[in-house]
Amino acid sequence: MGAYFPYLWQLLCIGVMLLLCVGLAGPLTWAERRQSAMIQDRVGPNRAGLSLFGKNYTAFGLLHPLADAIKMITKEDTINARADRFLYNIAPFVALLPALVTFAVIPFGPDVVIDGQRYGMQVARIDAGIVYIFAVSSLAVFGVTLAGYASASKLAMLGGLRASAQMISYEVTMGLSIMGLVLIWGTLEPNAMVVEQGHHFGGWLPAWGIFVQPLSFIIFLTAAIAENKRVPFDLAEGESEIVGYFVEYSGMKFGMFFMAEYIEVIVIAGLTTTLFFGGWQVPYLMDAHAHGALTEAGFVFPWGTVWQIGDLAATVIRFGAFVFKLLFFCWFQLMIRWTLPRFRYDQVMVLGWRRLLPLSLVNLVVTAAVVLALQ
Amino acid sequence: MGEVKQGKIEIAHVSREIPPQEKLFVPGIVEGLGATVRHFFKNVFGGKDKYTQTIEYPDVKVEYPHRFRGMHRLVPREDGAPRCVACFMCQTACPARCIHIVAGETEDHNIEKFPVVFEIDELRCVVCGLCVEACPCDAIRMDSGFHPKPVYSRDDADFGKSDLLAVLGRDEAKSGGVRDKTAPPATAAGTGRVDRADGDGGAGGAAGGYEHAH
Repeated sequence: MGAYFPYLWQLLCIGVMLLLCVGLAGPLTWAERRQSAMIQDRVGPNRAGLSLFGKNYTAFGLLHPLADAIKMITKEDTINARADRFLYNIAPFVALLPALVTFAVIPFGPDVVIDGQRYGMQVARIDAGIVYIFAVSSLAVFGVTLAGYASASKLAMLGGLRASAQMISYEVTMGLSIMGLVLIWGTLEPNAMVVEQGHHFGGWLPAWGIFVQPLSFIIFLTAAIAENKRVPFDLAEGESEIVGYFVEYSGMKFGMFFMAEYIEVIVIAGLTTTLFFGGWQVPYLMDAHAHGALTEAGFVFPWGTVWQIGDLAATVIRFGAFVFKLLFFCWFQLMIRWTLPRFRYDQVMVLGWRRLLPLSLVNLVVTAAVVLALQ
Repeated sequence: MGEVKQGKIEIAHVSREIPPQEKLFVPGIVEGLGATVRHFFKNVFGGKDKYTQTIEYPDVKVEYPHRFRGMHRLVPREDGAPRCVACFMCQTACPARCIHIVAGETEDHNIEKFPVVFEIDELRCVVCGLCVEACPCDAIRMDSGFHPKPVYSRDDADFGKSDLLAVLGRDEAKSGGVRDKTAPPATAAGTGRVDRADGDGGAGGAAGGYEHAH
């Protein structure tokens, strides 16, 4: 391998990350509409397609995001006459960037050894990865607030205010809900957390975050959805009343806010997978050093069957497992969005400050006590 | 609910407190998710059992009922000319005033008049079918089984005599139009009457009255 291989590997990782983030955001906008249709006994968008050699290929309407992108890019970009032009123009970028870079610390596969060198399937391996995630994702509130402030529109202002209050409230809960896991695993690095989830309780129950901290999972997912301002916490948007902080935006600038929301859905799915559902771990699939019966990576089932599949196959299966879990949680978030009605603004605040925050604190204290007792 | 007794109304006190299990939200959310997930999977993988009832119109078309009133058509005689005798019955009956007829005189004394112009403005038509009811000759029908085609300009919605003659009926043999030239007229030319397979009465008789014209 040449000296440039580490850089190539890094570029490859960034490529995979962008594919998972940006490449999935478009289909997600289609999935949102199509899935809601399926839930509500409708058909949904299924017409956009290609006409090749006299035949029409619609592929269930999967090309709708493409048509939407063309529409948004070619639309007139209107700016309110009294808007602050600089802040107005920069707001969509500020909203989109944090969503994009958060995924950098999420590992999407196990480490691979090439020529004696270890390479992680992760764009950035930062020791304080979880802190990085919260640091970056809290920046997203700036984009939203700027958009609301710079639009010179009362409705956008209201939306921006609501969004900032809501995002700041749930930020605290979200951070605290994960601290229990940090206490148990003793690391802030996402890939190390995933590695910790590789063993099994009693030989059969995977040591996934959800089995270690079930309450924390519910709190985290709730706070994360609130953080992303999606139904049932979509007060910042409130489609039926104030439309929200991006009410004055048109064309692709609106599209960027839209994209940020869907990329955040993917990031939340990635975080949930990494923290609570074993990341790239597959139940009973272990590395050679993890079990005495193995000479190379393979499955050791609780009933004693051993099935060795080799390191390469294990890596591929684990990457596939991560993508599968990621897609499942994207689906699950859309499912929640089309199941629940919207909270009132005061209800959101009460739920955040008076229910979830104390609950996460109690969870943290109990976890700390248990960890201390078991030491 | 309070029970109503003689001379006295009992008031039931209903607690507005939300029970604790509902305050938790989680059981309610699980129940709701159950319903939406059931609909989702049945609609995606359910095949024939799915809840979705949508008929995807341009790809899938529903057969209209037998008596569906569609695009008008003029019923031709055996020689291809319309049966219409320009009596103005349909134009008079039309509540939307969408039929425009200009009558002309024929050589044939049995027929006397024919439509020089017979126009229907399908944009004005309210599809009531009164013209069909009014026609004494069974010359105008709405049994084509399809809608008037969309047009690009309002003028194109005025369908003339040749357009209306070109429209075919959905089930011609049954309702008795004699278009098939190989089929001989059923009765003698002397009475001038054509028997209809389904005997649709007066209209058929009236139309048959001009049968020996050619």
